[in-house]
Amino acid sequence: MAGLRALVPRREFQVAAAVAITLAAMFLVPALFTGFWVARFSQTAIFTILASSVGLLYGRVGLVSLGQVAPYGIGAWVTLRLAFATSLPFPILLIVAGLVAAAIGVMIGLPALRVSGLYLALVTLMLAASVEIILSQIKFPNGGGGFSGVVTQLSDIAPMRRPGFASSDVAYYRFIVVAAFIIMMAVAFVLTRKPGRAWASIRQSEVSALAAGIDVTRYKLYAFAIAAFMAGVAGGLFAGTIPKGLSLDPFTRQAAIFLIAAAVMGGIRSLWGGLAAGILATLFLAFLTQNVWGHQLWTDFSLSLFGFGLLMNLVQNTKADEKKGIAS
Amino acid sequence: MIDVDGLTVRFGGVVSLSDVSVTFPSGICGLIGPNGAGKTTFFNVLSGFVTPASGMIKADGVDLLTLPDFKRARWGVRRTFQTEQAIEGLSVFDNVATVYEHTAKGGGGAARKAAVDEALEFVGLVEVANDLVRTLPAKERRFIEMARAVVGEPRLVLLDEPGAGLPDEETAQLSAIIRGIPERTGATVILVDHDMELVQACCEWSAVLDFGRLLAWGPTAEVLADEKVLAAYLGGDEALEETHS
Repeated sequence: MAGLRALVPRREFQVAAAVAITLAAMFLVPALFTGFWVARFSQTAIFTILASSVGLLYGRVGLVSLGQVAPYGIGAWVTLRLAFATSLPFPILLIVAGLVAAAIGVMIGLPALRVSGLYLALVTLMLAASVEIILSQIKFPNGGGGFSGVVTQLSDIAPMRRPGFASSDVAYYRFIVVAAFIIMMAVAFVLTRKPGRAWASIRQSEVSALAAGIDVTRYKLYAFAIAAFMAGVAGGLFAGTIPKGLSLDPFTRQAAIFLIAAAVMGGIRSLWGGLAAGILATLFLAFLTQNVWGHQLWTDFSLSLFGFGLLMNLVQNTKADEKKGIAS
Repeated sequence: MIDVDGLTVRFGGVVSLSDVSVTFPSGICGLIGPNGAGKTTFFNVLSGFVTPASGMIKADGVDLLTLPDFKRARWGVRRTFQTEQAIEGLSVFDNVATVYEHTAKGGGGAARKAAVDEALEFVGLVEVANDLVRTLPAKERRFIEMARAVVGEPRLVLLDEPGAGLPDEETAQLSAIIRGIPERTGATVILVDHDMELVQACCEWSAVLDFGRLLAWGPTAEVLADEKVLAAYLGGDEALEETHS
């Protein structure tokens, strides 16, 4: 038994590993790879935050949300709009985007208080779809005036401004990596505190959590707020990587399903799983499409594998949910 | 002291508890009866998971039914479950700390550490305090639940078959722990168990439920010798007729 425990790396070791990976990502990657790959690594860092937000809800609290693309898209929208309309510093924009996304995340979380498992997955998928429809109607801001900030003249579309200290592609990539590091560390910290323990109780059994005096409703909404904040910041970071105008593709229902599939395949029980999901969903797929003969086949095959993994996981968990409950 | 008056619980057309009135004095009381008699339903009403159709529960003068479930836990209702519910992903210490930090007193720091250490010492789990629960065997997990039940300042401790699945030797340890609870915490303890030796060893008073009705109440030894109770356990029809008439 003691041996099993010794195998789990100590907390200090994990922090050291995270610092080392962050430094390697910041300095080795731009030195060793071309601009194309640095852009892929940027997406990896962003996807790591996003997948970890899914992992926080599903792996730590037991809430299957397919709606995380909604706060992701909203975070991108708010960051874009404010970047064109105000001169606020970029990090402030990200925080505002995160807070707006958190408010929306709590709204997405409200149905979670009534349903769970596959049913929650369906409800949140529909909410993501409704946000997708709204975004497709009002479009992403690209420098125009008014609430939606859209100009129709294509030649007028300007790229979103980046932080003054990180305007080049490589510098902005480093900015994303640092932001991802800060967010992951903050989440790791929260997980070791009172909310982390309350979430662990809720995941195991809501009834026993209530019997321990845990306000299950509040802690579930708290988890949705934090996860949506993470996704909102990821959306803001993503907006800065796009040279000319955002498309809706990363925020659709398909993207929602791809996101949870990648998060599950990467691993939802540990924050390292978020990083694994980020690598799978960006670098791995890019590698297949760039370097492997018959790449379309391989890409389709790995996407099918993601879907299969997700389905097995959901079915298993729903069964386990049904077995749980109060012993009578 | 727990004062239960006219408690009735219905699930659709099924009456799980029918006009149960009983007063549990402080100390340890037994609650026994055949399977399906309504013991766990009674606990679920006390914990707030089931809303009764009618009746009243006063615990130390507080009307329990007016408090929502998690607030009852904060007030001091503690509960263990038939299937143990120690949290697998947390250490033994964190399992107990989680209960403490949601109590009325709550808080962290030195007070929390002292309270948790004291509870772990009470059940004899100090050595494994930092171990993850998923690495521990059944007995330790059961005893973690006992530590969760006594940490801080519990006022009413509900133990739902805490001895289920434990071998005799470990049941003896459990019995000693249970008997120590009132003195240590001042809480009233209600023990549900099918192990009559355990009930006799721990409980001065016992109530017997059968088909949702209070069949008997009194000193444990007398209750266990009662013919009606013996008949109920054997499934005799006479006992039914007597209680219904």
